[in-house]
Amino acid sequence: MNKLITLLLFVSPSLALAQDDLMAELEKTQKPRTQYFDQAFKGTRLVNGQSVQTVGKGALEFIFAHRFGAMNGGAYELFGLDQAYVRIGLEYGINDRLGVGIGRNSVDKTMDGFLRYKVLRQSKGTTNFPLTVTAFANAAIRTSPKKEDATYPITTVDRMSYTGQLLIARKFNAQLSLQLMPTIVHKNTVDRSITNNDTYALGAGGRVKVSKSVALTAEYYYRFNTNPNDPHYNAIGVGVDIETGGHVFQIVLTNTRGLTERAVVTETEDNFFDGGIHLGFNVTRSFQLKKRK
Amino acid sequence: MRIYLSLLFILIASVVFGQKFTTEQSSVSFYSHAAVEDISAKNTATTSIFNSATGEIVFSIPVTDFVFEKSLMQEHFNEKYLETETYPKSTFKGKIIGFNESATGEQQVKAQGKLTLHGVTKDIEVSGTAVMKSTKLVLKSKFIIVLEDYNVKRPKFAWQNIAEQVEVTVEFTYKPL
Repeated sequence: MNKLITLLLFVSPSLALAQDDLMAELEKTQKPRTQYFDQAFKGTRLVNGQSVQTVGKGALEFIFAHRFGAMNGGAYELFGLDQAYVRIGLEYGINDRLGVGIGRNSVDKTMDGFLRYKVLRQSKGTTNFPLTVTAFANAAIRTSPKKEDATYPITTVDRMSYTGQLLIARKFNAQLSLQLMPTIVHKNTVDRSITNNDTYALGAGGRVKVSKSVALTAEYYYRFNTNPNDPHYNAIGVGVDIETGGHVFQIVLTNTRGLTERAVVTETEDNFFDGGIHLGFNVTRSFQLKKRK
Repeated sequence: MRIYLSLLFILIASVVFGQKFTTEQSSVSFYSHAAVEDISAKNTATTSIFNSATGEIVFSIPVTDFVFEKSLMQEHFNEKYLETETYPKSTFKGKIIGFNESATGEQQVKAQGKLTLHGVTKDIEVSGTAVMKSTKLVLKSKFIIVLEDYNVKRPKFAWQNIAEQVEVTVEFTYKPL
């Protein structure tokens, strides 16, 4: 009888825990998985420049970006609100990593085309990698001034500029993501007395989420090889991202009116700390052209 | 001693006749109807074990594997609603009631147990069907989940996009383990 009680004591807890045992058994049969941290930022733009984000397979993102004039223009310019600089652009996700896009910026009537490729994804599990790395390249053509208005016989080659960037980001937690952007901008034709053909710059930026749909962002581009006569400033921008369904609204304050890398990184005209601040916004809308399934 | 032996016999018998099944194919999908757009997604990476002797069933859903038609919707589902970086898995632990392994044809069954979703565990009871096809077992069920029960919040901005409740359809094909 004693033996029976002992046996029952052994058997009964195993019956009570049977479902947990079954769960443990199920977990044993599961292949190890990799968790990816793909949502470091809400938009493909951090403030003025690019983020590591891609638009996703089959999605077409329309972006309308707008910068007012500088606030230190005073009451005469209604603190910048009289002026407007616009970039309208499209980006299509060929797959979850590769995006291709075009845009038109009213600053110097610039057309740009670009490619974006997510090379590495931040992950945990069977593969561990601490960073997301996206390569970005663009080519841009200034269509202003007109040929007959130019001060020298300007050719299409003179009008071109190119950008190469590595966007390196880490999502530290649900709230905080930081990004570094080593950048090269090459301009085919410049006035060498004030600037260089090649500009080497390092951007740094990040976001802090304050709620599920709202985040604060900041971005700064530092140029390493500035010509002493160069009148331009390093680009600074801060913003608020608000996400609503298919839209992302980014409201920004920045010292640049440009929206292509050439204009942002190398030709920022205003001093942020002297009131040369432009209010602006980026609005994106995503359209799914091709269904994922 | 005789009692001891017979008890041992019963234990052995239950081990021998207890048939365990594991998923060969699985599909977990959900659908929600809303004024602006219908939302649906499908997951084929769910795994499950069913013990027909005891009726016990467990399943584990990798929530990140739900595929949506729209990239942005899939991103929002993971980041804002189900928060899959924090809660990557959804699980169910429970029992199937009313299943008879030797019966042929469709049987009406019930599943009772604990569903964990978005870090919240709730007791649920859903009805479904079970069919034995030679050695394989097909379990199907369709039920409603109320998002608020699992602390899945819907931002006010997007209220028109997401219904309060979603219809979940599960279909598992099991083979003997």
